[in-house]
Amino acid sequence: MKYLALIAALAPSVALADTNPGDWDAVVKAANGQTVYWHAWGGSTQTNDFIAWVGDRVQAEYGVTLEHVKLTDTADAVTRVLSEKQAGQNDDSAVDMIWINGANFAAMKEADLLFGPFAEQLPNWALVDVDGKTVQTDFTVPTDGMESPWAMAQVVFDYDTADISEPMGSMREILDWTAANPGRFTYPQPPDFLGTTFLKQVLVDILDDPSVLSAEATDANYAATTAPLWDYLDKLTPNLWRQGQAYPPTGTAMFPLISDGELDLSISFSPGAASAAIANFELPETVRTFVLDKGTIGNASFVAVPYNSGSTEGAMIVANFLLSPEAQARAQDPNLLGYGTVLNMDALTDMDRAKFDALDLGIATLSPAELGTAVAEPHPSWMTRIAEDWTARYGVAQ
Amino acid sequence: MKRRLLPALPTLTILAMLGPVAAGLYWKILPAFGHFPAAGAYGPNLDAFRAIFAWPGFSEAAWLSIRTGLIATSISLMIVVLLTAGWSGTRAFRVLERALSPLLSVPHAAAAFGLAFLIAPSGWIARLISPWLTGWEQPLDLLIIRDPLCITLALGLIIKEVPFLLLMTIAALSQSDAHRKMAVAQALGYGRITGWVKVVFPSVYAQIRLPVYVVLAYAMTVVDVALILGPTTPPPLSVQIVNWMSDPDLMLRLQGASAALIQLILVIAALGFWRMVEALAARLGRIWIQKGTRGQNDTIIRNAALVLGVTTASAVFLGILILTLWSFAGFWSFPNATPDAFTLRNWQRHGPGVSDAVWETAIIALTAAVIALVLTIGCLEAEHRYHLKMGKGGVWLLYLPLLIPQVAFLPGLQTLFINMGAAMGRGPVILAHLIFVLPYVYLSLADPFRAWDARMGTIATALRATPDGVLWRVRLPMLLRPILTALAVGIAVSVGQYLPTLLIGGGRVTTLTTEALAIASGGDRRAIGVYGLMQTFAALVPFTLAILIPALIWRNRRGLRHG
Amino acid sequence: MDNGLTLRNVTIAKDAKPLLAVDYHINPGEVLTVMGPSGVGKSTLLSYITGTLAPDFTAQGQVILNGRDISASPSHIRRVGILFQDDLLFPHLSVGANLAFGLLPGGSQTARNEKIAQALDEVDLAGFAERDPATLSGGQKARVALMRMLLSEPEALLLDEPFSRLDAALRAQIRDMVFARAKARALPVLMVTHDAEDATAAGGGILTLR
Repeated sequence: MKYLALIAALAPSVALADTNPGDWDAVVKAANGQTVYWHAWGGSTQTNDFIAWVGDRVQAEYGVTLEHVKLTDTADAVTRVLSEKQAGQNDDSAVDMIWINGANFAAMKEADLLFGPFAEQLPNWALVDVDGKTVQTDFTVPTDGMESPWAMAQVVFDYDTADISEPMGSMREILDWTAANPGRFTYPQPPDFLGTTFLKQVLVDILDDPSVLSAEATDANYAATTAPLWDYLDKLTPNLWRQGQAYPPTGTAMFPLISDGELDLSISFSPGAASAAIANFELPETVRTFVLDKGTIGNASFVAVPYNSGSTEGAMIVANFLLSPEAQARAQDPNLLGYGTVLNMDALTDMDRAKFDALDLGIATLSPAELGTAVAEPHPSWMTRIAEDWTARYGVAQ
Repeated sequence: MKRRLLPALPTLTILAMLGPVAAGLYWKILPAFGHFPAAGAYGPNLDAFRAIFAWPGFSEAAWLSIRTGLIATSISLMIVVLLTAGWSGTRAFRVLERALSPLLSVPHAAAAFGLAFLIAPSGWIARLISPWLTGWEQPLDLLIIRDPLCITLALGLIIKEVPFLLLMTIAALSQSDAHRKMAVAQALGYGRITGWVKVVFPSVYAQIRLPVYVVLAYAMTVVDVALILGPTTPPPLSVQIVNWMSDPDLMLRLQGASAALIQLILVIAALGFWRMVEALAARLGRIWIQKGTRGQNDTIIRNAALVLGVTTASAVFLGILILTLWSFAGFWSFPNATPDAFTLRNWQRHGPGVSDAVWETAIIALTAAVIALVLTIGCLEAEHRYHLKMGKGGVWLLYLPLLIPQVAFLPGLQTLFINMGAAMGRGPVILAHLIFVLPYVYLSLADPFRAWDARMGTIATALRATPDGVLWRVRLPMLLRPILTALAVGIAVSVGQYLPTLLIGGGRVTTLTTEALAIASGGDRRAIGVYGLMQTFAALVPFTLAILIPALIWRNRRGLRHG
Repeated sequence: MDNGLTLRNVTIAKDAKPLLAVDYHINPGEVLTVMGPSGVGKSTLLSYITGTLAPDFTAQGQVILNGRDISASPSHIRRVGILFQDDLLFPHLSVGANLAFGLLPGGSQTARNEKIAQALDEVDLAGFAERDPATLSGGQKARVALMRMLLSEPEALLLDEPFSRLDAALRAQIRDMVFARAKARALPVLMVTHDAEDATAAGGGILTLR
């Protein structure tokens, strides 16, 4: 009798460890009743609402309870998993899934903190646009199935047509414009994700040959390559909002500044966010978006599962659901979220494709053709060093 | 069983309060000196300290912390002293006192949000006077929020610390024989303020010294208010410590641990500095008193003090009003004084998230406050029954968790909890809240508990009631109102906790405060309005109940109406 | 000799300084009046007898009540009743509930209510059971306090300046009422007072502390 109870107590954890991502029926079975703590940035009401909807859907369909842990910084979740590993807590982590990409993914992958590979075994992986979108590398680091994509992001500039008549074609043009209109532009403070993206966007656009950025930064090439960037920022900073003495903490924190007329121009990593914000009264209806002539940086948002999650099956269910046409079409609806899809339209059934065709992308959203091709992200080593240098130069003003 | 438990309660209470603090500090010291085997770092060495001193923002960040603390504390104290000196005993003072008491329970974060919405270049004040008065069609490009001088941060702290210090001062007044002293001073021809400062202030200050130190330590190390109002280039040291502690790069955690020790030393140094200024002020004060000046400008100072007091109170009130306005706002552009439209949509959107957070907040706050209340009553009853007198040292012990910066021991406590295998979540969070809830509940209840007429006890005993019977049937019912007030204080303290919930909860525990701060990073004012308002309600409702419930239960008991 | 309240060689000291010494026997129905200036330790003596002496006092000697040495007993089992100058009615309880607090446990609810009604009736307060004590006059409160104490069936009665808050007319009336009931129940009474008239009315021995 005693042994039976013992076996019963052990059984779930044994089953946990053994579920093979390839055996989807087993995954679905094991996931039923699990609770998935999804650590994701909580600063956007739209995103929070979307995640809540995902929670309702996976609860109804798979019996998976999804809890959104709202982060101010993705690094918090990474740190949590790290501290757990140090403390020897190798099961039932506080974190079951992280909205992740770039340096955080690279760090977790490097330190063996991730569960997987699982992404390419998900049933909905077949629908993903593997050739057209950067879903198998993340900031040049191969994902190796350790994270699953769920949204495409691309840099766009939001501008208020009440104050700016024409889109601008390059970072140089933006610099000239700020010189003529001081105090009307800013970007989030690095190391915020969008803030560092802005720095990379500057670098990619002003370098004659940005190909050097796709390999790891070295002591030999770093200083020379980034010199034009610092030169650019030295000229830009005095003409920034608040003369660069203060920066908004995040991208969405710039919306109210545009609404109030404090900013005419800002940067965003979500082509549909402006339309969504207009729908929620957070931006004036005169706001539109543009991309640069040479194109803008784009990447995918992913979800990853920590190695010590106690609900890997539930997390896979959520990751797979995020790739479903239903979730992807909803994410792309600018009235709800306005994120780009990672799916290949040609792989969808006619009925599913119709869901995307029916979307009104919103007045401020560029069409896929207008968005053009996304420029690849530089190797993460660039971002790490640039962010550090930025802090030393501009982040500790006297 | 009970008889054996009660004498042990004071020790147990001190353990619950100081044990985690000591453990947290201990777990912080090793990594600070580079010893962190789990991360492959073996010390001791001073690498982490070297790295901090090499960080270009260090001296500025440390200086910000010191400056904020000193400015916020001295200005708060000054307002409170002048206000009490000029107005105590008057009708205006009673009105202000009554207005300020509920403000005490408004969480710091909510007050800070409200202040930001008020005084930002695009804030409500600018909107109300634009463009008809100012001609501003666009907000000025002025660095008000997050200013590098920390003036706004200090303001955000002052509007919350003034009510705290004022209530502490009022409590002290009743034990300072202020009324008769002032009558003598005024008979000798001293002005109201000059007389008060010369005659009453010395004995009052001796009693509010510890609360003043708490304000200084808090203002130097606050995280949530600094995240909302403080500068970011660089941030104050406490914010930078939290940044380092949450960085994926492990070496930065060592740096965070070292910086936390530096922060602790800074706080101790600032307290020492303050103590020196006290001594100096006392010496100068004696000379000033002996000069016999009667105070020529007292009327001007007196009116200025009232203006400052009213401004402080209205900043919080208007802040809450503007939070309310934003929570119902449709599109609202500058310089319109009101939104273009009002809508319930913001509340509908955030409703489900808010109600989850409300439950979590309520469960944590209620449990922590009830535990604190039981321990406090146990301690006070043990003190009464066994005549255990709490000396000066005991009062210091109570204040200790409030004097040690949260960032200095909470990360260590987090490591400890994880190492013990304690599942992160509600339980550990409640324990962490208890550290901060206990002192306030104790301070709130101790005076009324001790002031209770002990002859009531003698009578009840003479009527053959057992000691427990006296406690349950006479003392506690008679003290219902102060007990519920203490409970409400405990709940308000718990509701306002940010760092303990964030660090010890491992992100799984989301209260209104952590949600509000997470949402604040996105700058969505409507969401901030909803969460800030709910946070305020969560703290205010218990206070209202603490007044209403006794009034209802004892509605036919005139003898308890003013108790 | 067995019955009554005996204070045998009682000495009380504060911080090791001797304060007072008493050796006296009070017979059932007798009133001992203790007089003396303020601060001489009159109330301290009462605290010693009720067992609520503050810790900075030390006491020696025995308190013997009807043959029981109660010197070391917990207060609530000594069966010593006390009345203060303030009525000290429990403000959170109705008049009836105050009396019920005093009434020894046992008996049916109806019987208890009956006893309380009788007690109220005895002091001309019939129908006052539901009243808030705070709404009573000074004399009414004093009568309730007396009956509450008597319902607890004490074996001795201590009075700590019990009439000093009452005006002259009321004072005599209440005093007579208290003494009459103490005599009827054959209680030894120890009264502390400043008032020579009280002492005269009591008619028993007088002990003056210096």
